[in-house]
Amino acid sequence: MIPISHVLVLSALLFSIGVLGVMLRRNVIVVFMSIELMLNAVNLSFVGFARTMDDMTGVIFIFFIIVVAAAEAVVGLSIILSIYRTRKTLNIDEFNLLKW
Amino acid sequence: MAFVTTTDLIPLIPELILLGAAFVVLLLDLFAPGSQRTTLAVTTIVGFVIALVAEIQLLDSGATGFYGTIVADGFSILFESLYLVIGILTVLLSLHYLDDHGIGFGEYYVLLITAVVGMMFMTSSLELLVIFIGLEIMSISSYILVGIRRRVPESNEAALKYLLLGAFSTGFLLYGISLLYGATGSIRIPEIVVALQEPGALNNPLAIIGVALIIIAMGFKVAVVPFHMWTPDVYSGAPTPVTAFLSAAAKAAGFAMFVRVLLTGIPLEAELWKDLFWAIAVLTMTVGNVMALMQNSVKRMLAYSSVAHAGYIMVAVVVGTPAALSSVIFYSCAYAVMGTGAFGILTVRHFGKTPDSYDDLAGYARYKPCLAFLMSVFMLSLIGLPLTGGFIGKLQIFQAALEEGWVWLTVIGLLNSALSVYYYLRVVVCLYMREGSVPDGAVLEVAESPGFALTGLVGAASVVVYLGVFPQTLLELAASSVSTLF
Repeated sequence: MIPISHVLVLSALLFSIGVLGVMLRRNVIVVFMSIELMLNAVNLSFVGFARTMDDMTGVIFIFFIIVVAAAEAVVGLSIILSIYRTRKTLNIDEFNLLKW
Repeated sequence: MAFVTTTDLIPLIPELILLGAAFVVLLLDLFAPGSQRTTLAVTTIVGFVIALVAEIQLLDSGATGFYGTIVADGFSILFESLYLVIGILTVLLSLHYLDDHGIGFGEYYVLLITAVVGMMFMTSSLELLVIFIGLEIMSISSYILVGIRRRVPESNEAALKYLLLGAFSTGFLLYGISLLYGATGSIRIPEIVVALQEPGALNNPLAIIGVALIIIAMGFKVAVVPFHMWTPDVYSGAPTPVTAFLSAAAKAAGFAMFVRVLLTGIPLEAELWKDLFWAIAVLTMTVGNVMALMQNSVKRMLAYSSVAHAGYIMVAVVVGTPAALSSVIFYSCAYAVMGTGAFGILTVRHFGKTPDSYDDLAGYARYKPCLAFLMSVFMLSLIGLPLTGGFIGKLQIFQAALEEGWVWLTVIGLLNSALSVYYYLRVVVCLYMREGSVPDGAVLEVAESPGFALTGLVGAASVVVYLGVFPQTLLELAASSVSTLF
């Protein structure tokens, strides 16, 4: 059986990659994907804990995270679509109408 | 054996009523096309009012449901009533704004209702899973509300920034919850408290990192420095009634979650957390006020000032005594009403355009004396002058801080209040001292303010003054609701 520490390290790595992706990437879609990666890293750690503790709560939590992530993706992609229509770009640095 | 009985639904009655209202509005919009925006708005308001009545009926009932997952204690009822009142105010402020800007979606009201339902779940639940879902119902509804003017680049941009940072902070919240779940074996707040009170439980790195991540996420939600960057952008890009709604209700919901999860759920006596919150409170007040000082747009100034007000509330959070917690509640309520009012004035057109910069405020005293007076009331309350709710709120916070010996924190808070006088009074000066010249071709709507908005604004101003003159009722409610928390 894979020990919990392996699962946790993997999920921490994935989460960090997600965070770095959000901060460093400039394409909105890629940033959005990085956020999804963070959520999936969380799912992984929930699975790990649920298995070690032999408790279903963590697994149930994951179902809700998946549903919420899907809802967020729907709204997120439509917002991205509508901003692309008005601005014709997806580069985050060019979304600078509002600042200071 | 039934796992869930109808008695479980009792604490959820207000939420169920609101959901019913949301469906009615959606159907009305579908089957009575082009109808009468007013019908939709009135239906929404009726829904909010019925839910408010149900909420008041639940007071003192102590109803709980779903094995203690949903509770209708004094704390949740007080905050839920606040969301409902702000919801009503927002609808009143929306009607003319939606017409002016050609936002003809009935969904606007539906999303407003679902956002309030999300907040209510966030506040009334003792289980992190339900709190998370409530938070997301609220957030997703407000992402759409912020971006509802979908052909306006600013609105799009605000929605995108809100979405990215909101989802980003949700990631932190979930990771924190999962680590806390790993450390304590539960996602129910009462069980987490018990588990964390075991000796050495707080030295578990999982618990510490988990709590830290949850604090970061909550910081994003209530917009404290250094997690405030999205606030001014989102608040200035969103339709103004939505801004009012977010700055009042969403922020209050954030603080309700903050109190429920962090202050009652996790033993934070350790010096480390106190120092952290201290720094956050001071930074939030100062950065909020200094940035507000430098703004040229009134809407943006109010956005930064809402950051500063979150800082004042953080002072009470640092102190953390029951008296301080009840001042958190009082201040959240007072700020919600005066903030909504202040943003609300900006929804009404002046000289044919929606006012934005300080210069746009010229000529109010002459052409819109009523609005000028109401705005002044809100500004004085935001400064915290006596006879307004803002004064009593600040008094409560700083009194609680002084009682616990937080002298420096109080001094910094008062200095910040003094700083804020400048930019709030600047608004009043612009309203009264500057003659506005009517631009060529502008439609003059002399004293012709939209009736619904005026009703809402007068109501908000009366509440602000009422809270300043007779604060006793709300103070007692706040104190008793804090006692239900522990």
